[in-house]
Amino acid sequence: MKLVYEKSQPGRRASSLPRYDLPAAEVPEELRRAEAPRLPELAEPELVRHFTELSTRTFGIDTGFYPLGSCTMKHNPRVNERVVALPGFRDLHPHQEEEASQGALELMWRLQGILAEIAGLEAVSLQPAAGSQGELTGLMLMRAYFADRGEERDTVITADTAHGTNPASVTMAGYRLQKVETDVRGNLDLDDLRVKVNERTAGLMLTNPSTLGLFDEHIAEVAGIFHAAGALLYYDGANLNAVCGISRPGDMGFEIVHFNLHKTFSQPHGGGGPGGGPVAVRASLEPYLPVPAVVREGETFRLDYDRPRSIGKVRGFCGPFGVFVRAYAYIRSYGPDLRRMSETAVLNANYLLARLREAYELPFDRLCMHEFVLSARGLKREHGVSALDVAKRLMDYGFHPPTIYFPLVVPEALMIEPTETETKETLDAFVEAMLAIAREAAEQPALLKEAPHGRPVGRLDEVKAARRAIVRFGFEQHPDLSQESGEPRSLEAQKGA
Amino acid sequence: MGLSSLSLTERDSRAMLEAIGVASVDELFADIPEALRLDRPLALEPALSEPELVAHLEELASRNVHTGAELSFLGAGMYDHYVPAVVDAILARGEFLTAYTPYQPELSQGVLQAIFEYQTAICELTGMDVSNASGYDGTAVAADACYVAKHVTGLSKVVVTEATSPQVRQVVKTYAPGFGLEVVEVPHRGGATDPDELRAAAEGAACAIFQQPNAFGCLEPAPQLAAAANDAGALAIAHVDPVSLGVLEAPGRYGCALAIGEGQGAGNALSYGGPHYGFLAAKAEYTRRLPGRIIGETTDASGARGYVLTLQTREQHIRREKATSNITTNQTLLAIAGLVHLSWLGPQGLREVGETCMALSAYAKERLTERGLDLVFPEQATFKEFAVSVGRSGREAIRAARRQGVHPGYALGRDYPGLEEALLVAVTEKRTPADIDRLAEVLGG
Repeated sequence: MKLVYEKSQPGRRASSLPRYDLPAAEVPEELRRAEAPRLPELAEPELVRHFTELSTRTFGIDTGFYPLGSCTMKHNPRVNERVVALPGFRDLHPHQEEEASQGALELMWRLQGILAEIAGLEAVSLQPAAGSQGELTGLMLMRAYFADRGEERDTVITADTAHGTNPASVTMAGYRLQKVETDVRGNLDLDDLRVKVNERTAGLMLTNPSTLGLFDEHIAEVAGIFHAAGALLYYDGANLNAVCGISRPGDMGFEIVHFNLHKTFSQPHGGGGPGGGPVAVRASLEPYLPVPAVVREGETFRLDYDRPRSIGKVRGFCGPFGVFVRAYAYIRSYGPDLRRMSETAVLNANYLLARLREAYELPFDRLCMHEFVLSARGLKREHGVSALDVAKRLMDYGFHPPTIYFPLVVPEALMIEPTETETKETLDAFVEAMLAIAREAAEQPALLKEAPHGRPVGRLDEVKAARRAIVRFGFEQHPDLSQESGEPRSLEAQKGA
Repeated sequence: MGLSSLSLTERDSRAMLEAIGVASVDELFADIPEALRLDRPLALEPALSEPELVAHLEELASRNVHTGAELSFLGAGMYDHYVPAVVDAILARGEFLTAYTPYQPELSQGVLQAIFEYQTAICELTGMDVSNASGYDGTAVAADACYVAKHVTGLSKVVVTEATSPQVRQVVKTYAPGFGLEVVEVPHRGGATDPDELRAAAEGAACAIFQQPNAFGCLEPAPQLAAAANDAGALAIAHVDPVSLGVLEAPGRYGCALAIGEGQGAGNALSYGGPHYGFLAAKAEYTRRLPGRIIGETTDASGARGYVLTLQTREQHIRREKATSNITTNQTLLAIAGLVHLSWLGPQGLREVGETCMALSAYAKERLTERGLDLVFPEQATFKEFAVSVGRSGREAIRAARRQGVHPGYALGRDYPGLEEALLVAVTEKRTPADIDRLAEVLGG
């Protein structure tokens, strides 16, 4: 389909704007725009049709089942969209006086308390914009904490199953990375850990349950090893959907936790964002949290900037407030029954696992938590069919594929997270599709290799995309890539987050 | 919602537990050591039904005074621009709202193409060759830009003008220790930055960041600042207001290596400071150093055009600890809102918004000075915002004016010692000459 720029005609416009009978104010000549930006020129009907057509070429949770492992693609309750659009939230200026923002401040203060209770920790900053920024914030807190104590620690340990964000955050925070291996049960390898943790270790970053969907059975011992060395434990909350109200990171021994409000607490993922990455900490780390803190004094709420040991600010204002409104509304709609959310997510995942384990390889033979990882290694060995082929064929059955090729420790990985909001009928239909695909792999492998069928495009040449790097429309100079021959090649590297 | 978003019946659960081979849901959690399980319900307030929830949130919202409830001239980084109805309509499309990062291009051509169109719009506005798919906000993209500059130049000093938004500077300083960066600030002289001072500070620096229009609303001598940074061998980085770029020159046309900014004014409601989007665009030679998602054009086997996440070898999921950034979730939906808003405006509309803001703010300056108030930086040209001295504490003036239903602006003394009597007044196209008359009446006494 055409780009919006290719539908433009000079002289068309969708906007109508106020004009006042005032003298024009001139921009000094040396600062004046010489050539107008080539923005789209369409009347409103075509504008609406264009973006509506784009939306129909996009698969969301509203479209169908979206078991993208590690991303917690659950239903997004529409009441949250209603309340976030209340003018008192939507049109509130972040510099509004505190006495005229009491509702917003109270909502944030309440959400802080709720998240602290879920984490089993004492203090919360809502500020980070997403999980990755929460990670970086957590590592900055570690740095500030040890600097205050005069301790020089330069290494942070992550699991070999970790999301790529963990090692990337470690580097951005100025720490050296050390990796710990996974044992045969899918837990952290305690022997490897004992060798690597020492007085240079600032801390551990861990997702628990891990990206394998397994709860680390030795988490208490792990915490003991780090604490004995004076190091801190950081909990990556990407998989918190498994354990809300069941087991709390603070009780497991973690000092710092980040939440993904877009995963666990249903902020819509928006095609890639926005998210929210609040951080909860033990009281000993509270002085270092970003400013401002939202505090309560008697019956009023205010922003406290007077935190001399704070790391500073990681984002503007108080953070992504609209995300807080939705997360708060979501949690209030469950109350203490939030536990049922996690229980159902874990039940759904184990049901899928039980029904798929015969047709696909299961690298770690345990009950899973909210997600699990299968391997298409057997299909590849026997029929030359890859995890990517399975993923593409699932589209023909009307499902969004799982996360593939992650975690890296499992070859041909298929990482499946159904979430709690699916019916048994949907789960059964997905199982039937996966079983049918396993049969097709043996009988008609070409059907998988040529999948998907009937989509707006077939498999796209990612290698060409990276080599040519056409990353904007070029107007008159826009190249025509269709004449460049060659079979599409994939980086086989789409991974969840 | 809450429990009502769960669909399993008793009968479903029993059948599923049987298929799994366990007797109860509790058994599914056997791997969690007993001592680490919470032995009580979460101490949360009781669940609210949907009508109760709406009523509760309406009550909270009612205690916020929003821009529809008083006459507001607040800006200082977030602006009350008009967001057209088509933005709401497109953002309500469930497919955009409930999709995630387009890892599977065959199911995501719509959102991928929309981001490609967004990248094009940002490149057009800024005069750059490449834009990422969005950053967190206008502050975080400044830290991102410093990380790019450090890796491009191998240098560890960054220069930021004091007339750059205080929050942007604070975020850069927060990130700096982890990045191994030293941050140097260049003071303003009468509301704008002196190119010679910037040049001197930028010697041996990775980059120099300035803001146009700056944190006082004044227009910087941007081409000279970029030239000064370039003379010193530092990357010139302009932090710009997208709404100004219909009338102000594009940073790519006056020597900047990168252009960054806060996107809120294009397409996003104020929302008490977020979520919004930050944009980050660059000249082509920096493409492979950029942080975040980038969408590229390619073809399938039949030669059909399509869009994919590209240049992924920069990113954390491939490059891990050697990635150009840790960013994963970005601000796609808000960036699409920006694209829809900019498409609604078109080039002509964007210029008109800029001209209207300028004409209204010029009128506001005139009316306020007629009332005996002094402009803080009378020599400087401005865009939609300007600083005025109210002859007493700015914070007191705000309190007094609000009692009359007018929020007159931002108290600059919160960030700039010596400007305790200054208010930063922002005038968007939503204000009218009559609104401004009212402001003058209230502030002028």
